[in-house]
Amino acid sequence: MESFFSRFRNPLFLIAILLAQTIALAIQVQRPLDPGKPDGQEVRLLRLWAIALISPLERLSTGTSHGLRVTWANYLDLRGVRQQNKNLQKQLEMLRMERAALSEDALQGQRLRSLLTLRQGYLSTTLIAQVIGTSGSDQSRLLTLDKGWHDGLKSDMAVITPDGIVGMLRDVFPSTSQLLLINDQTSGAGVILQSTRTRAILRGSLQGRIQISNLMPDARIKVGDVVLTSGGDQVFPRGLPVGTVESIVADPDHQPYTILTLRSAANLNQLEEVLVITEVGSDRGVAAQKNPAAEAGATPQARGAESNAARLPGLSADPAHPGDSLPDEPPPGENSTGLVPKPKPALHPDRFSPGAAAPATALKPGAPKNNAQQEMDGAQQDKNSAQ
Amino acid sequence: MATYSYTSRRELEEYHFSPLTAVLVPLALLLLQAYLPKIFPRLMILDLPLIAVIFFSVARRSPIAGTLTGALIGLFQDALTGQPIGVNGIAKAVVGYAASSIGVQVDVENVITRVLMNFTFSLLQSALLIFIHRNLLGVHGYRVLWLHELTRAALNTAIAIPLFMLLDRVKHRD
Repeated sequence: MESFFSRFRNPLFLIAILLAQTIALAIQVQRPLDPGKPDGQEVRLLRLWAIALISPLERLSTGTSHGLRVTWANYLDLRGVRQQNKNLQKQLEMLRMERAALSEDALQGQRLRSLLTLRQGYLSTTLIAQVIGTSGSDQSRLLTLDKGWHDGLKSDMAVITPDGIVGMLRDVFPSTSQLLLINDQTSGAGVILQSTRTRAILRGSLQGRIQISNLMPDARIKVGDVVLTSGGDQVFPRGLPVGTVESIVADPDHQPYTILTLRSAANLNQLEEVLVITEVGSDRGVAAQKNPAAEAGATPQARGAESNAARLPGLSADPAHPGDSLPDEPPPGENSTGLVPKPKPALHPDRFSPGAAAPATALKPGAPKNNAQQEMDGAQQDKNSAQ
Repeated sequence: MATYSYTSRRELEEYHFSPLTAVLVPLALLLLQAYLPKIFPRLMILDLPLIAVIFFSVARRSPIAGTLTGALIGLFQDALTGQPIGVNGIAKAVVGYAASSIGVQVDVENVITRVLMNFTFSLLQSALLIFIHRNLLGVHGYRVLWLHELTRAALNTAIAIPLFMLLDRVKHRD
């Protein structure tokens, strides 16, 4: 036996190493999916150690390269500064002439800025993070950011650029975090096609493309159509640009569905700084995040009813407190316009008068008729005495 | 008459590295692998840690050391990705074992041997990764782009040859 182990020591060692890793893989694959905690405690610890070892070096490299670039740019700027000064004098004359034309553009810019401010109301709290590294593998589209939970980041926070969405945070460590790009094969997001209002789920592919599958062929969908976030995934706020449709092909594996390949709005290959949405700002946005199905499912009739409700002064604004609406207004008179008139009280009420019948809860099934009649009579007497 | 068995040749050409070199070189290559694609995204096709595995395994000429080197570097690489831990660990452990076993039997100082070795092991790793993704992880729709893998192997080899020459300076015989 001893000779067997000594003779096959090397292959046995290899088998033992492979077996251990295969078991570790099986445990990770079998682990139930939890979006908040993508890894188990042990795996997370391993990743934390690796990131803790690499990220200081990545920070150093990023800082050094940034410093070098700035120094080099400053040097280049200084080289031609005299000639540049002469050129600038000439340009100044031209610019004065152009200034008048630009003032008109400035007004337009102000209008656009106000629109932008309105749009930014949805994203009250964002945090700028710098990309300091990558996963180094084309099978895992992952970036390392220089901010972690010390800066208020958490898993599953949406990450965007001014151009569009980028991805979401996967693992968050004390001072760094991992950004899972939307073109990673394990990534996904709820989207909506702007032209057709078709909702779909976007996924990354192994080749680093962004695709929408499980979509029935629709002649209205064209190449170049804009795709936005739908908010249904509860990660990305709705309405953010995702990209444009680049190609539409039939899914060879799942007929008759089609695959839409998208060109991402943000340049996922050259990311330097990104914005992490740490909190969604307005109430409307939060409500949309918490209950996207309700908002998405609001029918035109429901929206019409809300609109009418806003116009009708007598209707309660808050269904929980119906008496709270317009408390200072006097009760409308009989000839008030805009209200359904109430019937006048009967001069000689009988058992057919409105409100004369006993409520259904007071009636007993199977009780003799006279009892019921007595109860009705009693109710009628109470009513009369109240009047 | 003295006969040279594999063991004696192994002892003759077995190289060692200082602990600092053995740690810093793979770490530097892992760092470059994580950092370079940030500046040049197309460099993600390279696998610099694989070059470290092949170099150290071949130089040490011990299958156990090669397996351990491959497994450790691969696990470290996995920890930086979003993949389950063990994907690269398994693939690189096999590559390390194979590289150290071959290192005993052929002249690995020859440039042509090094070219063939790096190209073959790069393809072997691609095949192992495909096997792991398809069969162990059960990734559906995993399509093999062989042209891409051949390009990866060629580029890895192109980087490995000058890197091997550079790293030859840090190895020494006891």
